[in-house]
Amino acid sequence: MPKSETILTIVTFIYGLAVIFYMISWIFKKELPGKLATGSMIAGAAGNTAGFLLRWVESHQMGYGYVPLSNLYESLVFFALSVSLIYLFVEFRYKMRSIGAFASIVPFLVMAYASLPSVESSIQPLIPALQSNWLIAHVITCFLGYAAFAIACGISIMYLIHSASGDTEKGPVSRFPNPETMDELTHQMITFGFLLLSIGIITGAIWADQAWGRYWGWDPKETWSLVTWLVYATLLHARLMRGWTGKRIAVLSCIGFAAVLFTYFGVNYLPGLHSYQ
Amino acid sequence: MDNQKQTSSLPVSFIDRLWDFFASVRLSVVLLLSLAATSIIGTVIPQNAAESTYVRKFGPDLYSVLDSLSVFNMYQSWWFRLLLCLLIVNLVVCSVRRLRATWKVIFPKKTNYNPDRFRKAADRINWEIKDTPPESVKKICENYMNRRYRHLKTMQEDSAYWIFGERGRWTRLGVYGVHLSVILLVLGGLIGSLLGFEGMMNVPEGQARQTFSLRHSDKSMKLEFAIRCDEFTVSHYPSGRPKEYRSDIAIIENDQVVKEHRLRVNEPLRYQGINIFQSSYGQTAASSFTVVFTETESGMRFEKNAVMGEPVSMPAGRGKLVVEDFSSNFAFRGHNVGPAFLARLEPTSGESRPVLLPANYPNFDRMRGGDFAISVENVEYSYYTGLQITRDPGVPLVYVGFALMILGCYVTFFMFQKKICIEIRAQNNGTGISVSGISGQKRPGLKADVRRLAQKLQKLTKQRTDL
Ligand code: HEM
Repeated sequence: MPKSETILTIVTFIYGLAVIFYMISWIFKKELPGKLATGSMIAGAAGNTAGFLLRWVESHQMGYGYVPLSNLYESLVFFALSVSLIYLFVEFRYKMRSIGAFASIVPFLVMAYASLPSVESSIQPLIPALQSNWLIAHVITCFLGYAAFAIACGISIMYLIHSASGDTEKGPVSRFPNPETMDELTHQMITFGFLLLSIGIITGAIWADQAWGRYWGWDPKETWSLVTWLVYATLLHARLMRGWTGKRIAVLSCIGFAAVLFTYFGVNYLPGLHSYQ
Repeated sequence: MDNQKQTSSLPVSFIDRLWDFFASVRLSVVLLLSLAATSIIGTVIPQNAAESTYVRKFGPDLYSVLDSLSVFNMYQSWWFRLLLCLLIVNLVVCSVRRLRATWKVIFPKKTNYNPDRFRKAADRINWEIKDTPPESVKKICENYMNRRYRHLKTMQEDSAYWIFGERGRWTRLGVYGVHLSVILLVLGGLIGSLLGFEGMMNVPEGQARQTFSLRHSDKSMKLEFAIRCDEFTVSHYPSGRPKEYRSDIAIIENDQVVKEHRLRVNEPLRYQGINIFQSSYGQTAASSFTVVFTETESGMRFEKNAVMGEPVSMPAGRGKLVVEDFSSNFAFRGHNVGPAFLARLEPTSGESRPVLLPANYPNFDRMRGGDFAISVENVEYSYYTGLQITRDPGVPLVYVGFALMILGCYVTFFMFQKKICIEIRAQNNGTGISVSGISGQKRPGLKADVRRLAQKLQKLTKQRTDL
């Protein structure tokens, strides 16, 4: 087993620790677990980066030399990394930790899924169609976008919990950021995600144009990424033109992320070609 | 709608209402969601499959209903195109209607400099500078603002100054850029699907081809030029995975080679608006080979030279054999038997029947139990390259749309118009400064911008006082 995989297995556990610490710090309002949570999240992200880079090096040592973004396993690793980096950015920028209890679950689950034996993790050389820089740009931008949407969805769920609970003055819910902040953060994550998803779809289209002579072929993966884009475009118009905020935007943001998940995982169960196999 | 409009003559109000309808975001939301919903149909029901597949799945009655609704080719259907056209109308009408107001924001007849509006701004930052007269602070601030803000104006009242600056008016155009990009993408797509084509051409090594078969139809088309394949190579990694497919091709016009190109996956050739892609490959057999008839009883061999498509007479006047076709990977009852010839046996007496002659299994035909077992020998193989041939006149429009979409989204989301006011007044033998900003677009970034500006000005004025 290459070293990168060992590191990434450890990273999965560190992310697990981060989830536990964030939960403890949120529910019991303790300072020390909070610091430990942030520490383990940073350690997880650092390890995740190291694992990613090491896999890159290993692919060179094996004589294939490619950016590790070409199969399901590698995309999961990069997705987890994107979520944890964007989350950490938010935590430091806004100096609040309660979002961590919801956001840190994502990289943990993603890495746990990547560690399943059914997810092929060996380093395989690239088949001709995947040897393209557009593909690298495509995967990076798409997954950064997905990561921003994931965090937006986490915050939206918090918002919905907050508005559903009667007493927001006491208990763990009182330690959520205030609703306006959550609403604003959701919006910022979604605008960032939308820009990156747009770039992701576009670079993917350019790649398809280079490899297959068509920039758009309505295959299920492409179509679902368009559906996702349309859902978020609807959300943006509802907000900017019709003044929707709060609960309704939070619900749309959850629907949008459901579409992201379907684009990523669900599409493989549909008839078609574009799956990571 | 106000009363006056309602009492006006009917046609005008109808047109107004139609105009309102086409400009509304409600329509866009309905269109966006309809596109999302209908797009999903096409991912659940595979598109452009063979008719028999659908009939088996849905039954003949449901099939004909669904087929008349173009469900099996829905992205090219009239109703999907109608949705796209409505989208364009929506965007155009909305933009035309809005542009005049936006124009006034970008090029106002006169700009309103009113300190009161800034005094109410929430994120006002105040500080004091000792021992410096307002005039010199004003100069420093003006200097700084000069380089960074447009539409600058300083106002004075007694010993108080207001420096107004504004920038980013043009960012109001960002959303028009996005909407224009959507229009370009839809138009480009429509042009491509109406005027473009997509097809496949198999070119054996050493040969040239000019016609190709169109995708999703049984028609074929002829190019203005011929494509010759000089060499095809496929290389593999040690694990057996394909590493590279490569065709060295030449474009031939009037028997002259006008262009040579090394075609790889991801490195297509574009020639005269036609795109040529490396798409697949296969093996073909050379057209002449040896057919061997082995008499079952005696085991005697009779070898005959054969040419694809021409009859070979069987020994002892038993009839004729015509080798009609070749497949490089023939599947026999689900097993891949490798390269195989398909032939037709025409006995002198009795009915003609097909026979399968796998090149790697010379005893295969014994199964048939005829008087003679047939096999094929001395087969020479050559590769053919599978080229995808496309033409899409919509592509330039689409690429411009791509660039505009990214640019427009960035401007719309991350840039905004902002107005800044720096108030400078004499105060306790020094100067008091307040910095505040407003933006018509209610952006969270404004607060950070004002803070950054205040910090910068604090630093500049401090340097000055330290001197
Ligand atoms: C895909 C098809 C789209 C349609 C049919 C559409 C339609 C519309 C319409 C009708 C309006 C109202 C126009 C007005 O009254 O000013 C609008 C506004 C707006 N659209 Fe879109 N839009 C689309 C895509 C997008 C995208 C991709 C974005 C993302 C950046 C976007 C961002 C906006 C914004 C920010 C506004 C508000 C403009 C303002 O505040 O003045 N639109 N859109």
